[in-house]
Amino acid sequence: MAILETQELTYTYSIGSPFEKTAVDHVDLAINEGEMIGVMGHTGSGKSTLIQHFNGLLKPTSGRVLLDGRDIWADKKKIRDVRFQVGLVFQYPEYQIFEETVFRDIAFGPKNMGLDEAEIKRRVLETSNDIGLPEELMERSPFELSGGQKRRVAIAGVMAMEPKVLILDEPTAGLDPAGRDLILQHIKAYHKRTKNTILIVSHSMEDIASFADRILVMNKGRLFCFDETEKVFARAEEISQIGLDVPQITKVFMELKRRGINFGKEVYTVGYAKELLLKSLKERRKS
Amino acid sequence: MENIIEIENLHFAYKGEGDEASPPEEVLKGIDLTIKQGEFVAVLGHNGSGKSTLAKHINAILLPTEGKVTVDGIDTKDEEKLFDLRQRAGMVFQNPDNQIVSSIVEEDVAFALENLGVPYEEMRQRVDDALRDVGMYDYRLHSPSQLSGGQKQRVAIAGIIAMRPKCIILDEPTAMLDPQGRKEVLATIHRMNREQGITIVLITHYMDEAADCGRVVVIDKGRIVMDGAPEKVFARVDELKKIGLDVPQTTELAYELKRAGYKISPEIIKVDECVEALLALFKK
Amino acid sequence: MLRDITIGQFFPGNSIIHRLDPRFKIVITLLFIIMLFWGSSAVCLGIGAVYTFMAIALSRIPLKMFWKSVKPLLPFLMITAVINLLLVSSGEVLWRWKFIKITDEGLNISAFMIVRIVLLIMGSSILTYTTSPITLTDAIERLLSPLKKLHFPVHELAMMMSIALRFIPTLIEETDKIISAQKARGAEIDSGSLGKRARNLISILVPLFISSFRRADELATAMECRCYHGGEGRTRLRQLKSAPRDYIALFITILFLAAVIAASKLL
Repeated sequence: MAILETQELTYTYSIGSPFEKTAVDHVDLAINEGEMIGVMGHTGSGKSTLIQHFNGLLKPTSGRVLLDGRDIWADKKKIRDVRFQVGLVFQYPEYQIFEETVFRDIAFGPKNMGLDEAEIKRRVLETSNDIGLPEELMERSPFELSGGQKRRVAIAGVMAMEPKVLILDEPTAGLDPAGRDLILQHIKAYHKRTKNTILIVSHSMEDIASFADRILVMNKGRLFCFDETEKVFARAEEISQIGLDVPQITKVFMELKRRGINFGKEVYTVGYAKELLLKSLKERRKS
Repeated sequence: MENIIEIENLHFAYKGEGDEASPPEEVLKGIDLTIKQGEFVAVLGHNGSGKSTLAKHINAILLPTEGKVTVDGIDTKDEEKLFDLRQRAGMVFQNPDNQIVSSIVEEDVAFALENLGVPYEEMRQRVDDALRDVGMYDYRLHSPSQLSGGQKQRVAIAGIIAMRPKCIILDEPTAMLDPQGRKEVLATIHRMNREQGITIVLITHYMDEAADCGRVVVIDKGRIVMDGAPEKVFARVDELKKIGLDVPQTTELAYELKRAGYKISPEIIKVDECVEALLALFKK
Repeated sequence: MLRDITIGQFFPGNSIIHRLDPRFKIVITLLFIIMLFWGSSAVCLGIGAVYTFMAIALSRIPLKMFWKSVKPLLPFLMITAVINLLLVSSGEVLWRWKFIKITDEGLNISAFMIVRIVLLIMGSSILTYTTSPITLTDAIERLLSPLKKLHFPVHELAMMMSIALRFIPTLIEETDKIISAQKARGAEIDSGSLGKRARNLISILVPLFISSFRRADELATAMECRCYHGGEGRTRLRQLKSAPRDYIALFITILFLAAVIAASKLL
């Protein structure tokens, strides 16, 4: 069953002014429960505007957004509830930290949900564990932490609401390779434990390839494609033409195909490339 | 070519952290580095390795606790020559917004020249030249809030170029930019290096940026652990991974195949190099 | 919401008013204010009104923009006018109800006050509509520069003003982002009880303050790297050159002011 759906979703801003622009243009999509989705698109493709519709921060100019089959704008007064079920973590979320202790900042979301103290505590501690924040940090000021730790506090703050759908906008932006890997690992572990639906917006196809069941590609406000990872990488040529960076290894295999060596499979990780090549070379040795 | 930057036995610890019993932990533990005029050097390291701290010593934002830093013959500790030093060694920072002082692009580019008391006619010329160098001349009367991240960084670079520096140090200039912005900024600094011979020191944790440089210096825990041509540095895949850095996918693939016994050089960085090497393997 | 405020707004254009030297415009505006408040006859105000509408016409900015700058102040204007109307008891009584009386003088004074203030707002708006904030700051700095001899920190104040102006759009954008992020965690910013909204204000102000301090620190470092050392010895890229039209505009203004003074003395 689709947990999140859009029907002809359109968003135009500055209507009537000379700056009028359609950021999201008649987008139809359906996301299934438990999926891990990668969202890609060049800057200005509408992906940031799109995801802000999922948690009701933006209201569609036309079209509908359905959560569990129900239009989220059916009752305007209940829109806040949607934000507890669809959690959105913005880029550089550490800039939104404000509380005196790590515990209280993570607890902000659950507190706004009206939960009792015991439940809030349980969620904060469990989420901190999920995201790799040791318990000793709970009573410290979040402003004393390193950049990577602050980021995890901010992400935990949204995860603690235990949203059915968790959306992260470039969670690894600005982090070094080790930091990037760490965050992605934690998110994957969270997914494994809770089986919640997760959407990650990223510019890195390498990263997306490592976790996505399906990939959503936006181009100039429209949905370019929304398909299984393998199928999207099969269209690598088209993808690079709409301004997205294809992983190096994919480019290598695209070129090999052009030169006559075709493996018949899409390659986007080094591990898989190595496997394919070793197998193929061994077979040639035998023959 | 003469040396433009000479760093000798540089030690640095932030004051005020630690006490009598245990002195503050050193962030830089004895760096020796010489850079020649015209070089394009990438300083690669994970967050916390000391790479940004090192960058801040070159134009005297920080001063050594021990050791010496000399730029174009000027000792960074020489207070009297501070402006001369900073005019020769310009610095571009990570956050595009927090470097732009004026609400009009061309006035921001002129900021350094205004501070140095350059007369109007010359200033006008140098500002226009700098804007053209970075491809932002058409935006000279725009407000920075109308610009993209990559454009703002190019304006910041123009502001430095207007000083006619001998070298430019860039501290993770693309970390906050999108892929388009990163491309613009990197193309600009490569062009400055090629066409005007300006020495570039690029602090980064992106190995694909380092792969395009003439020389890569790797820093870990306050020490230089590798220094050489990119293909030689990246071939040391295991060591780099141990210190939390990445290598290009092509390099990693070649390395893995070599480990499996195949005759392929691990000094591969670019896609076409990799393709040729793989094709060669298949022809045997 | 923040973007709809039109007082202080700048409308780029090429009219003669736009092209006047900003220093002259500031002096002319001061003379204009004197013109409006000198004398209390209808003739004096009439001359002031003619001047105002002439300037508005020359600025080529639509009249409705000037109405937009007056509109927010109308309630205050009306309240003050009514209070004046009721408090003035000299002159011929025109209308009476119990102890409230309205005299012709009261009517006069209130009417004058309203017209004066409306003209004042519209006239000063011409200055801000035709001169960008940064140009204004620059002009004020130059006009006040003789005060430097008295150790008045003219350059520092102007630098502060221009940096503040530079960062206003950036701060507005950042505030929007912070608000979105806290709303995404269920903070009630535009709904809920006042108490809740006040507490949620902290969730916006704290991050904003912290990032502003960090911004200031980074900016200061960047400025030092570009050899900033205060106002001494600085040259300017922005050049202000006065032209004949500036002197003509000043002269015309002085003429109008003279007419008002003459009218007040003769009538």
